[in-house]
Amino acid sequence: MKRYTLDHLRELETEAIYVIREVAAQFDNPVLLFSGGKDSIVMFHLALKAFWPMRLPFPLLHIDTGHNFPETLEFRDKLVEKHGARLIVRSVEDSIKQGRVKEETGINATRNRLQTVTLLDAIEEFKFDAALGGARRDEEKARAKERFFSHRDEFGQWDPKNQRPELWNLFNGKKNYGEHFRVFPLSNWTELDVWLYILLEKIELPSLYFTHKRKAFNRDGVWLAWAPFMKLKPNEEVVEMDVRTRTIGDIPTTGLTLSKASTLEEIVYEIATTRTTERGSRFDDKISDTSMEDRKRDGYF
Amino acid sequence: MATLTKDEIKQKVDELLDNYLNMDLLRFTTAGSVDDGKSTLIGRLLYDSKSIFEDQLDAVKRASLKTGADDINLALVTDGLKAEREQGITIDVAYRYFNTPKRKFIIADTPGHVQYTRNMVTGASTANLAIILVDARNGILEQTIRHAYIASLLQIPHVIIAVNKMDLVDYDEKVYEDIRRNFLSYAGKLDIQDIRFVPISALKGDNVVKRSENMNWYYGPTLMYILENIHIGSDYNHIDFRFPVQYVIKPQIDGYRDYRAYAGRIASGVLRVGDTIKILPSGFTSKVKSIDFYGEHLEYAFAPQSVAITLEDELDISRGDMIVRENNLPEVSQDIDVMVAWMGDSPMNIGDKYTIRHTTTEARCMIKDIVYKVDMHTLERVEDKSPLKMNEIAKVKIRTTKPLFFDSYRKNRETGSMIFINETTNVTVGAGMIK
Repeated sequence: MKRYTLDHLRELETEAIYVIREVAAQFDNPVLLFSGGKDSIVMFHLALKAFWPMRLPFPLLHIDTGHNFPETLEFRDKLVEKHGARLIVRSVEDSIKQGRVKEETGINATRNRLQTVTLLDAIEEFKFDAALGGARRDEEKARAKERFFSHRDEFGQWDPKNQRPELWNLFNGKKNYGEHFRVFPLSNWTELDVWLYILLEKIELPSLYFTHKRKAFNRDGVWLAWAPFMKLKPNEEVVEMDVRTRTIGDIPTTGLTLSKASTLEEIVYEIATTRTTERGSRFDDKISDTSMEDRKRDGYF
Repeated sequence: MATLTKDEIKQKVDELLDNYLNMDLLRFTTAGSVDDGKSTLIGRLLYDSKSIFEDQLDAVKRASLKTGADDINLALVTDGLKAEREQGITIDVAYRYFNTPKRKFIIADTPGHVQYTRNMVTGASTANLAIILVDARNGILEQTIRHAYIASLLQIPHVIIAVNKMDLVDYDEKVYEDIRRNFLSYAGKLDIQDIRFVPISALKGDNVVKRSENMNWYYGPTLMYILENIHIGSDYNHIDFRFPVQYVIKPQIDGYRDYRAYAGRIASGVLRVGDTIKILPSGFTSKVKSIDFYGEHLEYAFAPQSVAITLEDELDISRGDMIVRENNLPEVSQDIDVMVAWMGDSPMNIGDKYTIRHTTTEARCMIKDIVYKVDMHTLERVEDKSPLKMNEIAKVKIRTTKPLFFDSYRKNRETGSMIFINETTNVTVGAGMIK
């Protein structure tokens, strides 16, 4: 009886590919949001599978906060070159220069919220009508309410109380001019699913995910990477630690995990035995209990 | 972790991967009226199965204090949106993920107020099992019957009636038995293969994950035991081959200039290389040359795999066409009888036009007739041609702008389902199951 059944990682894979193809078919001008983190790398891998042997029928969009880990950017450029993909980069730095956003000040300043403006400007500039993202419902409680096809009004806003019902696998991508969709093919994946899939498919990742020595400091229980633009409080001390990242945002928002895991197997082992969620160390989620919902309403990833 | 060697870790992870790949996936939905304790039940399942991480639990504890609760409020585990926490209600369908060593679970938590039918149908459309909550103090309500009917209409194979809040009726066996008997009196009107009953208290934890010591009169399994052990056959029909073409792959790169493949997800059935196939609507036949997946050539593929098919002959095939087997054809028609669950703010009228989506096809349709509505108190058919309002269910006749290739929903969920879209607002306003 097992002959015609898929194990559940393959079932998630087949679902994600179906959704990605549906985007290419239903929209005129889709784009894949690419952050250089593991979820967007898995998305890229699934997109290659969906259209093989074609080149991807949509470009990648990276919103660069200007505070990225150099390892992320290097990895991104190599991946794009290897697969002949098209990459568009829009930077928060430019949005600041153009006066579209104002840099946050203070010790906990990040460009996390500013990214939303750069992202929405890029969507408008290129007239993208669908943006594929690697967000998962298990990540965060506001994301648990997200659809595969998530409608955004002409201001790029999400209205969680007024979402379209999503039935079977019949996705409704109809919209008016100027509106767009965010599409999340990994909706049903958990963090462990993503890691096991990476292991199973031998997907390459940026070196940041593996243990390395880095200058870091502890702020309110979260380890953050030191960089010249990071402002320190008087009691904060920079020390060199063995760390790796569990998610990748930019430097100010990425909490580091103290870890000596140097192989995928060791990482999976760590994840499988750990008792905190991956976003538990994300500084951007700690701002308030509903900070993800607030940012998503504005048009965040 | 420091005590394990690299080899030991590798071995453990290999075992984990192996176990994980052998785990089945149970998708279930939870339904109940407002205050039946659904969010608490889900919180309890997650909490007692140790699926809540420390930082999530901390957040819930903090939020519990804010609402003035003296104990941890498990309902807050699932209520994600600000308004939900403030008002203590669940607004939208939320999806939760957890696993035990035996299974992986996806819960579609569907709220029970205003848009109850819409939410329950949404959750049910992808579920293999439904838990319907009944408040022991209130017994079977119209909502309970409605939820059971929707589970039946959507063809969910297993339904569990969880009689909750047993702690508030002194764990009285008679209360439970009366509810059970009352529900079974409706069962004749439902088309559900498997109905089970469990007396629980989500708040206190009785019979959810741990056996209750307060109900010695109940000999059956706990809710979690059922979830972990109930037999779930394949959801997919592996008899009737149906392949709705989703996307045509034409690479404009050297080495593949002549390559042309039809990409899609197999809706049902099995396909092998060399099979003779027929294309709808053109009616041309050809043979399967290869089944491709990321450079791999498969000998066969089955539902629900996403693959790309190449054919021996060059034919004009595009999205919305369907590849089938010559001797096993779907129905082809423009006049279709559909059971419709209405979700739109504005009612459906005879003569109205809607956009429909069915497999990978988009078409328009006109509502020709409302044949009958289903009375949610009695589950009787009522002849009533008045407009179909939100939360109502009816059998309607539609005429489509082009022929659809379909099977009855009972026989094939994938080719028997459709959605109705309002052409002004673009909103999904109805769920249709072909008779």
